[in-house]
Amino acid sequence: MSTPTSEASIPLHETPLAGVTTVVDKKAAVILSVMTAGLLLVVAFFPQDGDTTFRLAVPSDFAQLPRVTVPSTLTAWVLIIVCLLCAGWSIVLYRRKLQTPLWLMVIYSLGWMIGFLAWAASGGTIPVVGLLSGSLALAVPLVFGALGGVLGERSGVVNIAIDGQLLAGAFAAAMIGSALNSTWAGLVAAMVAGTLVALILGLFAITYLVDQVIVGVVLNVLVIGLTSFMFTQVLAPNAETLNSPPRFTAVVIPVLGDIPLIGPIFFRQSAVVYLLYIAVAVVTWSLYRTRWGLRVRAVGEHPTAADTVGINVIRTRYRTILIAGAVAGMGGAFYTLVSVPQFNREMTGGAGYIALAAVIFGKWDPIRATLAALLFGFASNLQGVLSVIGSPVPSEFMLMLPYVVTIFAVAGLVGRSRPPAADGIPYRKG
Amino acid sequence: MKLVLRDITKRFGTLVANDAISLTVEPGEIHALLGENGAGKSTLMNVLYGLYQADAGEIELDGVVQHFSGPGDAIAAGIGMVHQHFMLIPVFTVAENVMLGNESTGFAGTLDVDEARQRVQKISDQFGFHVNPDALVEDLPVGVQQRVEIIKALSRDAQVLVLDEPTAVLTPQETDELMQIMRELKESGKAIVFITHKLREVREVADKITVIRLGKVVGEADPKASNAELASLMVGRPVELTVHKDPMKPGPDTLDVERLRVIDAAGRVHVDDVSFTIRAGEILAVAGVQGNGQTELTEALLGLQDRVEGSIRLHGEELVGRSVRHILDAGVGFIPEDRQTEGLVGAFTIAENLMLNRSHGEPFVRHGTLQLERLEGFAKEKLEEYDVRAPGITTLAGQLSGGNQQKVVVARELSRDVSLLVAAQPTRGVDVGSIEFIHKQIVAGRDAGMAVLVVSTELDEVVSLADRIMVLYRGRVVGIVPADTPRDVLGLMMTGERPEGAIA
Amino acid sequence: MSSAVGTEQHPPTEPDEAPDRNRWRETFREIASGGVTVGFLAVLLAIVVGSVLIAATDEQVRATAGYIGARPGDFFQATWDAVWGAYTALFRGSVYNTNAVSFDQGIRPLTETAKFAAPLIVAGLGVGLAFRAGMFNIGGRGQMLMAGAAAGWVGYQFDLPAVLHLSLALVAAMIAGALWAGIAGLLKARTGAHEVIVTIMLNYVAFYLVFFALSKQSLLQAPNSFNPKSLPVKDSAQLPELLGDQYNLHLGFVIALVAVAFAWWLLERSSLGFRIRAVGLNPEAARAAGINVGRVYVLVMLIAGALVGLAGANQVLGTVTSGITVDLDAGIGFDAITVALLGRSRPLGILAAGILFGAFKAGGFAMQASQDIPVDIVLVVQSLIVLFLAAPPLIRTIFRLPAKEAK
Repeated sequence: MSTPTSEASIPLHETPLAGVTTVVDKKAAVILSVMTAGLLLVVAFFPQDGDTTFRLAVPSDFAQLPRVTVPSTLTAWVLIIVCLLCAGWSIVLYRRKLQTPLWLMVIYSLGWMIGFLAWAASGGTIPVVGLLSGSLALAVPLVFGALGGVLGERSGVVNIAIDGQLLAGAFAAAMIGSALNSTWAGLVAAMVAGTLVALILGLFAITYLVDQVIVGVVLNVLVIGLTSFMFTQVLAPNAETLNSPPRFTAVVIPVLGDIPLIGPIFFRQSAVVYLLYIAVAVVTWSLYRTRWGLRVRAVGEHPTAADTVGINVIRTRYRTILIAGAVAGMGGAFYTLVSVPQFNREMTGGAGYIALAAVIFGKWDPIRATLAALLFGFASNLQGVLSVIGSPVPSEFMLMLPYVVTIFAVAGLVGRSRPPAADGIPYRKG
Repeated sequence: MKLVLRDITKRFGTLVANDAISLTVEPGEIHALLGENGAGKSTLMNVLYGLYQADAGEIELDGVVQHFSGPGDAIAAGIGMVHQHFMLIPVFTVAENVMLGNESTGFAGTLDVDEARQRVQKISDQFGFHVNPDALVEDLPVGVQQRVEIIKALSRDAQVLVLDEPTAVLTPQETDELMQIMRELKESGKAIVFITHKLREVREVADKITVIRLGKVVGEADPKASNAELASLMVGRPVELTVHKDPMKPGPDTLDVERLRVIDAAGRVHVDDVSFTIRAGEILAVAGVQGNGQTELTEALLGLQDRVEGSIRLHGEELVGRSVRHILDAGVGFIPEDRQTEGLVGAFTIAENLMLNRSHGEPFVRHGTLQLERLEGFAKEKLEEYDVRAPGITTLAGQLSGGNQQKVVVARELSRDVSLLVAAQPTRGVDVGSIEFIHKQIVAGRDAGMAVLVVSTELDEVVSLADRIMVLYRGRVVGIVPADTPRDVLGLMMTGERPEGAIA
Repeated sequence: MSSAVGTEQHPPTEPDEAPDRNRWRETFREIASGGVTVGFLAVLLAIVVGSVLIAATDEQVRATAGYIGARPGDFFQATWDAVWGAYTALFRGSVYNTNAVSFDQGIRPLTETAKFAAPLIVAGLGVGLAFRAGMFNIGGRGQMLMAGAAAGWVGYQFDLPAVLHLSLALVAAMIAGALWAGIAGLLKARTGAHEVIVTIMLNYVAFYLVFFALSKQSLLQAPNSFNPKSLPVKDSAQLPELLGDQYNLHLGFVIALVAVAFAWWLLERSSLGFRIRAVGLNPEAARAAGINVGRVYVLVMLIAGALVGLAGANQVLGTVTSGITVDLDAGIGFDAITVALLGRSRPLGILAAGILFGAFKAGGFAMQASQDIPVDIVLVVQSLIVLFLAAPPLIRTIFRLPAKEAK
């Protein structure tokens, strides 16, 4: 009847497996090889005469770093060899069933990028500080959007409507900022607008269980329609009073702003950028270190489990996406309160979708998503800098770069990343 | 704490899941709630736990009527629950899972993980659970995960503890340990509700037994009652506990598996060095606790696993590396372990589901076009033949009961030209009537000359169907033994012990 | 995958319900099961919201609102005028122009509606077909751009007999659209890359590619031109007009009807359609039943891209034949999503939704011209209709309808 009790107790902290081997993805090796081949072909077929100068300081710097001038093609070839070594090492590792380590990827990326710059900016000077600080500025709405996206998805709500939140934020910031002639009022209005879009998202996706991706896409269309309509009907005829907001100007932070290289890039920015630093830190800390964060993550991973310990899933999700909406809305304010002092129809140009890509690229982690957004900002800014220098690469291809990189990223690098388990699944009781 | 449920009624649309159910559980008592799948046990407990609101009736704790609007209220009132499907978050640590919803915090809502760690440690030591608070739950075996669930309940000071089908995923040894834990909890004065459909366990541990059928209490039973008595009370008619089958007349080897190894995308080896053969007209039953490689074994046979080493030969033809479609066409029938995710398309009609794996050619497709009239005739015939209780062939499969869904799957597979049938958990979550029917069909297939591989975690099913039994433990074959091997030997084998002479 | 907790996500519900994993499917079902009343009310509600917007931004209404206390009549009169004016203009622009001198003139708006509907229908089919396989094709814009560029290039580059030239241009468009969408299908099948991200990114890539080609003399740019525009399409490659020069309606509408019939046959009667539906509803079960899920993803995206490509061809070869530009898609790629959603991803539903949105478009332009109301209002109303239709319980709550009995 009953089975006899065996004294052999079951080892406790192991899964019942026969063993573990290593399965290595060849994607890293493939991508490194393909990208190296691309750079190699470009440099081989379009060799550049002349030198490239990297300018590391700005005139106002306290301590002036020297300029670095290198022969363009030679430098490119040297770095291509570095890239080849990295790619080759990655292939060797794959053969030996080992994962390509992150540091190798970092060395590779730096090598590739500097090699490319040395070639592309031949005969010109690359203002390294301007390139990087400009990248940061361009990345601001992307980072805010990505933070909003991370928050929402960690609680289990996919937010395709980031673009709508950015656009609504930009619109509200322009209108209210102009009307009250206050940048801060504009910023608050942008947060409110982002929250409102999130509220509609919540109403349909959480309360009425409509597919979140569909709601998000349709919401973006709705916001484009609404803001364009209001722009033509209200803002454009009253541009003086309703569409000429004041701007946040750059504020130099004492001491920090004087550090060579770092200072001009990070600490001579507008207040919105400083808010961004705070937002990244606060979101990361609260997501991983607070009770609120633990509950948000629980609700995004296994809502039923959260429910059974007395956590109100619906309320937690609503609260999270409303906060996320406010964060994304702040990013929208950047367009009209920092970047261009007026609203224009569809002025985000689909940046919200790039922010969404950053969320996935960043594996639903606030820090990594921020880094991914910065990368996109860099790619966009590079295009502008290179077109000023007069690079051999057509500007359309530079503009295309972030999107191509995203495709490579979702197809190659994050293939095995794991989204929150209940991401995109509405919670229905009983 | 004394728990009284009085006339609890719960409806889902027109279905009455609980019909005026009353139950009293005293402190220091293990009260078993016995009933078939779908009898309404879990619904009742979810009402008690505040997950569902009762349409009528009262819950009383120590004489005070309770109104639970959610699990939070039930927890606060002293009710703890160990769910059948664990309510743990896989990517969280044990401590995080235990503290969730009951967190102690410091400045500005900062989590105090140390406090939770100590809480886990204390309870773990008290009952000898051996649980590491910092382990990730997804890395723990199910038996330990269950203890985490118990710690979760105890850390909230539960006085009434509900265990919902707790032994379904345990080895016989783990089951024994759990029973010991239950007795200790009982000694410490907790009221315990033990939900199960396994007669043996009830008789071993329960102080009192309440039997539920079709949402109603049909009687109380004495723990000393016989299996047959309990079974007929549970099902409502005398039940044949054994499957009637003639001695096998084995033919030539049909399936020949050699040194099979299955690895998942993360590199974990789920099946290792597995070799066996099945002859035509023979049922080989695979016994073992859930998660010991059975799922991966059956999926590898069907070509559903990507990383497979070794050899699988059907009538001498190598199947490793072949597509699923090729394997199906080669004469392999498949009853997957989860009919709702792998067996059926819920939003398809019964007819469409019956042609699901024959969408590439005759008889239902000609020149790329569906032959709907032929499908209709076929579906009507099978509906009749396999006793599928449904309004018609255009009923959506998702609207059928578990038993009828499974009959659709069985009908689809057995109506093809199949020489090997792979049946994974063929009767899980199915009513007793359907179980009997499905077992008969499987035995009939075997008598007609099919080779059959049955995977089941229910030892009863293994023993009653098998001509030979193969026991898996951690992805390896512990032994292949005759069908009349004693249960205690099988139980021992399921923990990885290899008895003398157990290789057949 | 092996973790027991990870795989057991279903709540322990006792009634044996099949958890329908595909949320899109469910959303469509919601849209479908909404019933006539709810459908009508959803459209009504969207129009009411649109009216509020129109009234709130109307000069006259705002002026009269200033002295509403003194003369409320003026305010209501102004509101009525604004809203009534807008919607009659919409009707006159999309169905029948009651101000026209002759029937021939009066019926012209209806042919405009059909003209606008044609690309919405074919592109909507492309999006809807992908939906049925469980894929969200947001790449309509990129697919139309690539297809339009291909069709336009064939259209101005070659000298061929009329029927042959047009056919070649259409085939080129379908191939270009198919290949562009196929990238997303292939990446999803091979690497699991989410098609929503990939198709969106491909939209931008296509935009810059076509823009680049249009600004290079050696590629698509018209000779001696500085504008990013190609040569006009030759007559032999243009879609012929159906009702003579008086109307703009061209063969594209007939192509759209044929595409609807094809899509219906494909989904409801073909074995490939059966597999597409199976994969869309339950990919795991489809895989276990021997269906090559990856191949279905690729095939569906190829067909979807070809259909969307027809929309691109419709624009370049029929509606705007003056040459390829980067805005040849005219927002149709995105409108197609709402069309597919409103049409429940069913070919006949998409036909109806396409005609409705075609009417909105035709009428919207007329409304902009005569009433000075920005055509963007149409976007607002369209998206609201889709949102409201997807959430019947919301409509029931707003209009206090009795709740439907739980399924």
